[in-house]
Amino acid sequence: MDLLTPELGLFFWTLIAFLAVFFILRKFAWGPILSSLGEREKGIADSIATAQRVKAEMAQMKSENEKLMAQAREERSTMLKEAKEIKDRMINEAKEQAKYEANKIIADAQLQIQQQKNAALTEVKNEIGNLAVEVAGKILRQELAASKGQEAYMQLLSEDIKLN
Amino acid sequence: MSFKRLFPLLILAFGLLGFTNSSFAQEAENHEIAHVEGTEGAHEEKKGINITELVFGHVSDSHEWHLFSLEGENGHEKEIAMPLPVIVYRPGKGLSVFSYGKFHGGWYLDEAGNHISNTSYDGLYVEKNMKEKIKSEDGSQVYDFSITKNVLSMIFSVIIILMLMTSAAKKYKKGEIAAPKGFQNALEVAIFFIRDEVAKPNLGHKYAKYLPMLLTVFFFIWVNNLLGLLPGGANFTGNIAVTLCLSLISFIVMVVRANSHFWGHLLNPPGVPTGIKFLLVPIEIISLFIKPVALTIRLFANILAGHIVILCVISLIFIFGALSKGVGVGFVPVSLVFAVFMFFLELLVAAIQAFIFTNLTAVFIGQAIEEGHGHDEAHAEAAHH
Repeated sequence: MDLLTPELGLFFWTLIAFLAVFFILRKFAWGPILSSLGEREKGIADSIATAQRVKAEMAQMKSENEKLMAQAREERSTMLKEAKEIKDRMINEAKEQAKYEANKIIADAQLQIQQQKNAALTEVKNEIGNLAVEVAGKILRQELAASKGQEAYMQLLSEDIKLN
Repeated sequence: MSFKRLFPLLILAFGLLGFTNSSFAQEAENHEIAHVEGTEGAHEEKKGINITELVFGHVSDSHEWHLFSLEGENGHEKEIAMPLPVIVYRPGKGLSVFSYGKFHGGWYLDEAGNHISNTSYDGLYVEKNMKEKIKSEDGSQVYDFSITKNVLSMIFSVIIILMLMTSAAKKYKKGEIAAPKGFQNALEVAIFFIRDEVAKPNLGHKYAKYLPMLLTVFFFIWVNNLLGLLPGGANFTGNIAVTLCLSLISFIVMVVRANSHFWGHLLNPPGVPTGIKFLLVPIEIISLFIKPVALTIRLFANILAGHIVILCVISLIFIFGALSKGVGVGFVPVSLVFAVFMFFLELLVAAIQAFIFTNLTAVFIGQAIEEGHGHDEAHAEAAHH
């Protein structure tokens, strides 16, 4: 039964020690530790929330970027296509132009050639005519010296006129 | 000197104290009893082992820190013990402070079977049975406030707790979030455990107000439990004065903080017929006072039982040794295995009992400060309509 009767002295010292420990620790240990732990927990929670938000933002930005890239790619391909079309058209136009020009030059040249040929022919005809007239004159001067000859020549001339 | 350097020293000191004690203590007790019997000059047949005295000598409080005995010449042995200061208050004579070493003259047995000190000092003598009592020769009342073994052990524990906690607290800088290092990690596990498993579930949103008290109770009991487990350590938390003091503190906190809702339900339970109230209210009042008693007994009995079991298992060696030396030596391994097993169990019990005490304190305070949701809202609703 001795064990079950509390001693006054031990009770007294325990009370004092416990209260001292309590007040000292509350001021110098639990206060700072608990507030720091609370701060840290809040900080960690905030950081995680921020990280998640940033992650979400990043994902969104990434998808946006991809969309932009796809758009750009599409634009580039359409531009290339258009450029090619323009190039083809220009080449074709140039070709057409060149052909037209060439044809025109050829046509002009042919016309000129024709004209010159005609002029040359006319000149040759005139020259031949003149020569023939000269020759005929010379002959006539000889022939016309005799009447017989005149008649024959007249005949010849009239036939010639009929031929013309 | 920083705490880091001091800690191994403390361990070493306790270790030396303990190992020398655990190996010599039983023999010391044995010889002491033999010595006492010898001075009486009779009872040679009782020279064996008085296990009751041995065990209770170890678990009781003492005015000296007994280390071991040396066997001197002519069968007399020298007790190696550190006498502790005696502080007694006698009404009329006032306070006297002196060393317990003043009672050095050995013991004689009185007719009631108590050991009485041969020497007296300042009108005081010591009566030792299961407990050491300092008594006045003229029979007047003596209030003993001595720094006993338990008090000294508690002072050690207080120093350890204060150093551990304040040194850890210094690492927390205000407004700075840093990962915990070293001892902080271990401490935080315990603090989070008390906060999240004990305080929050039982006390709700008001937990922060009671957290320092719960943490102090937890660490105070735990550290003292562990110090008590060290060989040669005192049985501090296995002493009913200590557990009574701690449970009274939680009881007072509970009663002081109790709100009107609690008292209302206790003294005038709503919705109960008047006849039943006469039966119910006394039971409720008794249950209120049983709470601290339950706290007191639970911690005291658990720690005391653990100490007694370990002592008994070790004592088996000497019981068998008294039969024959061979049997005693042969029993050493068995006894050691049991003792080591019990020691691990007690390490567990040390933490569990500290937790249970803290948890029940939180439960009791939680009941006392509980807001009356449900009923009161229902009453208010009814009043409105």
